[in-house]
Amino acid sequence: MIDHILSILIFFPALAAMLGFIIHKDSIRAYGVAIATIEFALSLWLWFLFDSNVSGMQFMEQLPLVPSFGINYILGVDGISLFIVILASFFTMIGLASLTDTKNIKNMIITLLFLQMTMVGVFVALDAIVFYVFWELSLVPMLYIIGAWGGPLRIYASVKFFLYTFTGSLVMLVGMLFMAYYYYQATGTWSFAILEWYRLILPEAFQLWLFVAFFIGFAIKVPMFPFHTWLPYAHGQAPTIGSVILAAILLKMGTYAFIRFSLPMFPDASVFFMFPIAILAIIMIIYTAMVAYAQEDIKQVVAYSSVSHMGVIILGTFALNVEGITGSIFLMIAHGVVSGALFLLVGVIYDRRHTKMMSEFGGLAHVMPRYATIFGLMLMASVGMPLTINFVGEFLSLLGFYKQSHILTILAGTAIIVGAIYMLTAYKKMFFGNVTNEENRNLPDVSKRELLALIPLAIITVWLGIYPKPILVPINNSVASIVQLMHDKSTTEEAKKRIPNLVKGEDVKTLEKEAH
Amino acid sequence: MIEPVNVSLGSLNLITLAPMLIPIIGALLILVIDIFKGGLDKTLFVVISLLFLLMDFSALIDSAGIFSQGGTVMGVFNVMLIDGLAILSQFIIVVASMLFIPLALTHKRFHEFSYPEFFALFLFMIAGFQFMVATDNLILVFVGLETSSLALYTLVAMHNRDKSFEAAVKYFTMGALAAGFYSFGAMVFYALTGSVEINQIATVLAANKYADIAYVLIGVVFMLASFGFKLSLVPFHTWAPDVYEGASASMAGFMSIVPKIAAFVVAMRLFEFLIHSGVVWLEIVLYIFVVVTMTAANIWALVQTDVKRMLAYSSVSHAGFVMAAILIGTTQSNSALFLYWILFSFTNLGSFSMLWISRQKHLPEHQRSDHTYDKFAGMVQTSPVAASIMGLFMLSLAGIPPFALFWGKLYLISSAVTAGYTILAFIMVLNSAISGYYYLKLIVYMFMKEPLMGNDGHVYVSNATTALKSIIGFAAIGTIFAFIALNPLLEFITAFIYNSGY
Repeated sequence: MIDHILSILIFFPALAAMLGFIIHKDSIRAYGVAIATIEFALSLWLWFLFDSNVSGMQFMEQLPLVPSFGINYILGVDGISLFIVILASFFTMIGLASLTDTKNIKNMIITLLFLQMTMVGVFVALDAIVFYVFWELSLVPMLYIIGAWGGPLRIYASVKFFLYTFTGSLVMLVGMLFMAYYYYQATGTWSFAILEWYRLILPEAFQLWLFVAFFIGFAIKVPMFPFHTWLPYAHGQAPTIGSVILAAILLKMGTYAFIRFSLPMFPDASVFFMFPIAILAIIMIIYTAMVAYAQEDIKQVVAYSSVSHMGVIILGTFALNVEGITGSIFLMIAHGVVSGALFLLVGVIYDRRHTKMMSEFGGLAHVMPRYATIFGLMLMASVGMPLTINFVGEFLSLLGFYKQSHILTILAGTAIIVGAIYMLTAYKKMFFGNVTNEENRNLPDVSKRELLALIPLAIITVWLGIYPKPILVPINNSVASIVQLMHDKSTTEEAKKRIPNLVKGEDVKTLEKEAH
Repeated sequence: MIEPVNVSLGSLNLITLAPMLIPIIGALLILVIDIFKGGLDKTLFVVISLLFLLMDFSALIDSAGIFSQGGTVMGVFNVMLIDGLAILSQFIIVVASMLFIPLALTHKRFHEFSYPEFFALFLFMIAGFQFMVATDNLILVFVGLETSSLALYTLVAMHNRDKSFEAAVKYFTMGALAAGFYSFGAMVFYALTGSVEINQIATVLAANKYADIAYVLIGVVFMLASFGFKLSLVPFHTWAPDVYEGASASMAGFMSIVPKIAAFVVAMRLFEFLIHSGVVWLEIVLYIFVVVTMTAANIWALVQTDVKRMLAYSSVSHAGFVMAAILIGTTQSNSALFLYWILFSFTNLGSFSMLWISRQKHLPEHQRSDHTYDKFAGMVQTSPVAASIMGLFMLSLAGIPPFALFWGKLYLISSAVTAGYTILAFIMVLNSAISGYYYLKLIVYMFMKEPLMGNDGHVYVSNATTALKSIIGFAAIGTIFAFIALNPLLEFITAFIYNSGY
C-alpha cells in the first residue's frame, strides 16, 4: 500500500465521490467530512513516511499509458510538493467541515471531492501530460462551484475563469509538445516525463520562447499582474468554499508549476526573464494593494490582498537561489492557510448578514469578540507580522531576492509594509468604533462548527510562525537539489553567476584552475 | 480477329469486393422481404441491417489480417485498392453505422423508420462509402460518391418535415454542384496524364516534372471545390447547418462523421502527393482553407441559439481542424487524422444522440426550434444523469482532458509541432479555446440556470428506449475511458498508415 500511496491519495476521493451519488442527501455532509478526514490522515501518513533527508522524488510510481507516444503515468513527491498536498487535503477537510447549509448540498460535496482528486493529482504528477490532465480537469469542478452556487454575476465569473485559464493552458500545452519533440530529437524516443526533461540541455533561444509558452499558462493561473482580471470576479462571485479552495490551493498550482517546470527546465531563460518578472511581481504587489484599498467589499479586499501576496511568492521564486525559492514555497503554504482563513472569516459574517459591504458593519468587536480576535490574528498574519506564518515566508523570499537586486527588494518590502494600511483600515471600518448599524447589534458570535475550522488554522498560523523548521528542512533539501541542477545546466555566463553553486568544492577547483 | 479476353477468376481477387458486397446484399434482402410481406416492423430491419454490418465488420477484420501480412492488395482489374487507409476508414464507417442504426428504435414513432427502404438505402449508402475509400481510381470514387450521396439525400428527406425537404433539396443541389466540380477535376487530370488512377497520375506528373503546372492547378481547384463541399470547408459549408437542422438529430450526427471520413481519405490520396511534390500553391490554399474553416465556423457557432445548429458549426470546425492533418502530410499527422476521427465519432454521435432522445414530436409554443438552449436550462435538477452525460460530451468536444477528443487534439497538434507548423499549432490551440465558449454555454444552461416553467424533465428522455440508452452509454464509456484504448489504437493506426506509404 505504501508503494501506491500517491495513487490512493489521488483516486480515493474520486472513488468516494462516485459512491457518494448513492448516499442520501441528509447524510452526505457526514460522508464528505469523513472522506476528507481519511484523506487528510493519509496525507499526514505520507509526511510521516517521507524521508526529509532525501532531496529527490519519493514514493515514485510508474505505469505506461501511451508508451508509443511517451506518455506514462508517473507520480512522485518531494519536499516541494509534499506540503502543498497536505495543505490541499487539509483545506478540503476544513472546507467541508465548515460548509454551511447550501442548496443541492449533495452535488456540492461530490464536486468538492472530485476537485480534491484533481488538486492532489496536479501536485504529485511527474509526467507533463498527466499534470496537464489534472490541471485542466480542476477547472471543471471549480466552474460548477462558482457557476451554480455563486453570486448574481456567477455565470459571467465562472465562464471567464474557465476560458481565461483554458486558453493559457492550451498555449502551455503547445510548449509541452515542443519540449517532447526536442526530447525526441535529442534522444530518439518520445517522453513527457518531467525528470527526463530535466536532463535535457536546450540552447538559450529555444529556452526563451518555451519559457514564454509555459509562462502564459502559469501566469494566468497565479494570476500575475496583467492576467489577473479573472480573479476578482471569481472570488467576488464564488461561494465561501469556492474562494477558500481557489485562494488556498488552486492558485498555488501556478507558482508550484514555475518551480517544477520553468526553473529547472529553462535556467538560462529564467535568468533572462528574472528582472522583467520581478518588476511585474512588484507592480502586482503595489497595484493590487492600491486597488484593495479602494474596495468597499471586504471579500474583494481579501481577494486583492491575496493577489498582492502572490506577487511576493513570484518574487521569491525568481530569486533563483535556495533562500528565495524555499521562502516562496513556504509562503505558498502560509498564504494558503492565511488567505483561506480570511475567506472563511468573510464567509462567517456573510452567512449572518448576507452582505459583504464594509459600510454595513462597524463596531463588530463589541458584538463578536471571538470573531474579531481570530480575524485580527489572521489579518496580522496576512500583513506579515513577525511570529506569524507569513513572516517566515516573506522574509526568506525577500532575503533571497536581496541577493539579486537590492533596490527591487527594498521596493517590494516597502510595498508590503504599506500594504498593511489597507488591511488595517478595513479592520478598523468593520470592527472598531460604535455599532452603527442596528442590525449588527445582536449578531451571534462564531459558532462551534466555525471554530472547528478556524482554531486549527489559527494554531498553525502561530506555530509555524514561531517554529517553521519541520516544514523548512524538507523544502530546503529539495530546493537545494533543484538550484544545483539549474546551476549545472545553465549555459550562459550570466546564469552561472546568478544561480549559486552549492557544491563548495567545485568553486575551489575552478579557482585553482584559473590560478594556474 | 480479336483475341478473346481471358481473365482468370483468381487474378480478379474478388475477395477485395467482399466488404462492399455484404451491405449491398443486405439491402437487396430487405427489399425482397418487403416485396413478399409488407408492413413489417422496423425492429426487423434494424436487426437485419445490424447483422449485415457485423458481417461487413468481420470481412474487414479479414482484409485487415491480409493487409498486415502481405501489404496492399489490388483486385478487380486493379481498380480496388485495399490498403491501410481503406481498411481503417471502412472500420470507422462500419462501426459508426452500427452505432447509428439502433437509434432508429425510438420511443416515439417517426415517419422514416416505418419504410423498409430507409434501411435498404442506408446499406447502399454504406457500400458507396466503402467503394469510395477502397480505390484510387477516380471513376470508382465518383461512383461511390454518387451512390452514397444520392442515398443520403433521400434519407434526409425522409424525415418528413418542411425543413427536411428544404434540407434535402439544398443538400442535393450543393452535392450535384460538387459532383460536377469533381468530374471536371478528374477530366483535367485525365487529359493531362491519360489515366484516372491516382498513383498513375502521380507517376506521370512526376515524370514530366510538372511541366503543365497551370493545368494541374486548374484540376486541383475543381477538386478542392468539390471536396470543400463534401467536407463542408468554409466557404463551401453553407449547406451544413441547414441540412443538419432539417435532418433528424441522429442523421445529423451520422452526417458529421461517416461521409466526411470517406471524403478525407480521398482528399488524402489526391492532395498528399501533390503537396509532397512541392505544389506550393496547393499548400498555401489548403493552409488558408484550414485556418478559415476552423476559425470562422467557431465564430458562427458562438452566436447560435439552437444546440443542433451549434453542433453543426462545431462539426464544420472540427473538419477544418482535421483537414490540417492532410496539409501537414506526415505519417504522424495522417495517423492523428484517423485517431481524431475515431474519438470524434464516439463523442459526436453521443452528443447528437442526446439531442435525438430529447426530440419532441410537437414543439411547444415558446420554443422556436427543436433544441434551443432554453430547453436545456436547469436540466441537472430534473434529470441529472442525462445532464452529466451531455456535459461530458461537451467537455470532450472542447478538448478537456482526459476525455476522448483531447487525445486526438493532442496528437494532431503534436504532429503540427513536429512537422514545423508552429503557427498552425498555435492557431489550432486558440481555436480550441474559442470553441470552449460555446460548449461551455450549453453546460452553463444545463447546470447553472433554473428550469423553464412547466418543464418536468420528461422532455429530455422522452424519446429514450433501452437501445438508445445503450448507444449513449457506449459512447459515454468510450469518451471517458479512451485513454486506456489509446496505445493499441495508436500503434494499430500508425502501422496501417505507415505500411500504406502515407
